[in-house]
Amino acid sequence: MANIDYKRAVGYFFLSDFLTGMKLGLKYFFAPKATLNYPHEKGPLSPRFRGEHALRRYPNGEERCIACKLCEAICPAQAITIDAEPRDDGSRRTTRYDIDMTKCIYCGFCQEACPVDAIVEGPNFEFATETREELFYDKTKLLENGDRWEAEIARNLELDAPYR
Amino acid sequence: MAEFFTNTNLGIFLLIVGQCLLIIVPLLVALAFLLYFDRKVWAAVQMRRGPNVVGVFGLFQSFADFIKYAVKEIIVPAGADKFVFFLAPLVSFVLAMAAWAVIPFNDGWVLANINVAVLYIFAFSSLEVYGVIMGGWASNSKYPFLGSLRSAAQMISYEVSLGLIIIGIIISAGSLNLSDIVNAQAGDYGIFSWFWIPHFPMLFLFLISAMAETNRPPFDLPEAESELVAGYQVEYSSTPFLLFMIGEYVAIVLMCALVSLFFFGGWLSPIPGLPDGIMWMFGKMFLVFFIFAMVKAITPRYRYDQLMRIGWKVFLPMSLFWVVFVAFAAKFDWFWGTFARWSVGG
Repeated sequence: MANIDYKRAVGYFFLSDFLTGMKLGLKYFFAPKATLNYPHEKGPLSPRFRGEHALRRYPNGEERCIACKLCEAICPAQAITIDAEPRDDGSRRTTRYDIDMTKCIYCGFCQEACPVDAIVEGPNFEFATETREELFYDKTKLLENGDRWEAEIARNLELDAPYR
Repeated sequence: MAEFFTNTNLGIFLLIVGQCLLIIVPLLVALAFLLYFDRKVWAAVQMRRGPNVVGVFGLFQSFADFIKYAVKEIIVPAGADKFVFFLAPLVSFVLAMAAWAVIPFNDGWVLANINVAVLYIFAFSSLEVYGVIMGGWASNSKYPFLGSLRSAAQMISYEVSLGLIIIGIIISAGSLNLSDIVNAQAGDYGIFSWFWIPHFPMLFLFLISAMAETNRPPFDLPEAESELVAGYQVEYSSTPFLLFMIGEYVAIVLMCALVSLFFFGGWLSPIPGLPDGIMWMFGKMFLVFFIFAMVKAITPRYRYDQLMRIGWKVFLPMSLFWVVFVAFAAKFDWFWGTFARWSVGG
């Protein structure tokens, strides 16, 4: 008999835990939502965000990539395949630049290795496809990505430059 | 024209069918929005947005879900007893709907104004256990069977205290007719003349038992959607599952209606002077449903032994004591007669 915790017993009978829970629940009921309305709202991205790859061009339209194959060499997942030949004007360019996006681990080493900032990982992360084949990116697709995301990519590179 | 509906057999039949539809259709439509409301409340407490894509603010989410359930393939397990397998969801749906026949929405607005309405409702909610047991057994699978056993044990346990609580109300009102129970609560003090004041402790017991009886969180052990599979509904898909789910929610809304009839004076106006009416009934049901939804959001699930302990060792003695107490209070006019509001001489 001596060991009855009367305070707890009274609280138990008056549903005190339940009322506390109700109060807390109502507090959060009116709290601002923590979730985003995703397809319409998006969370902030760091300038360093490593998303879908892109091959960039110089402002005059010339592609940056010089086929040094450093990215191919450093790629830990061996997702990049490059073939190169001298072009008619004598400059060294790629004839084939494939990235297997199903292999890629988005480590960003290709971007780090690139001496001319040609291959970059852009801010786009919404490139889900219906078939696996669509994820085997070739040079055309990567250059298209570069043209499409150039504004964002250039801004991100500029913002991140002081820390490199 | 009126004579056609009161004198000929066909007319009476049509009249009854029309009245049934007048309850069932608005009830199911309201249910769709209550389901949506339930999910929204749950989401809001967890700081989520909840369904907001289908229609304005996602209001049509339940209808989209309905279409999804209706067009999916019905899968019947190879070893299932087909007849009972399909009978079970029908049983729980039809019984849940049938109980609404005696619910008065306003003074005289009741499909079947019978004198044993309370017994009728309890008969039907007891029979709902059969839907669960049949569903679990007919699936011919271990987990649904175990789930249905647990569910049946839970529903039966809480029916006992639910029934005893209502005996107290019946003693106070002096009638089993739901309309008479509501009219017995009419008084000069509006909200303070209703039964929730004299029967205050039983209000909470009733709410909690109702949650357990309808397998609602925090007593959703049969389903335990966050860690177990769906109990007796494991093998069900498509429309049969939909029927189970609608049956469950109809039972929940029925409990909301019962709480507002027994404790909150049904269609009576809370403020003396304002007119009574159906909107009070709906408002009270909606508030009770809101409490149900909040409880679902804020409480963790009970363990099975805790559930049984509360049912048999706490609720049963308390409600039993209360019946005796109310009987004495009503007989000897304790507390200025608040416990005896007999509409017929007692």
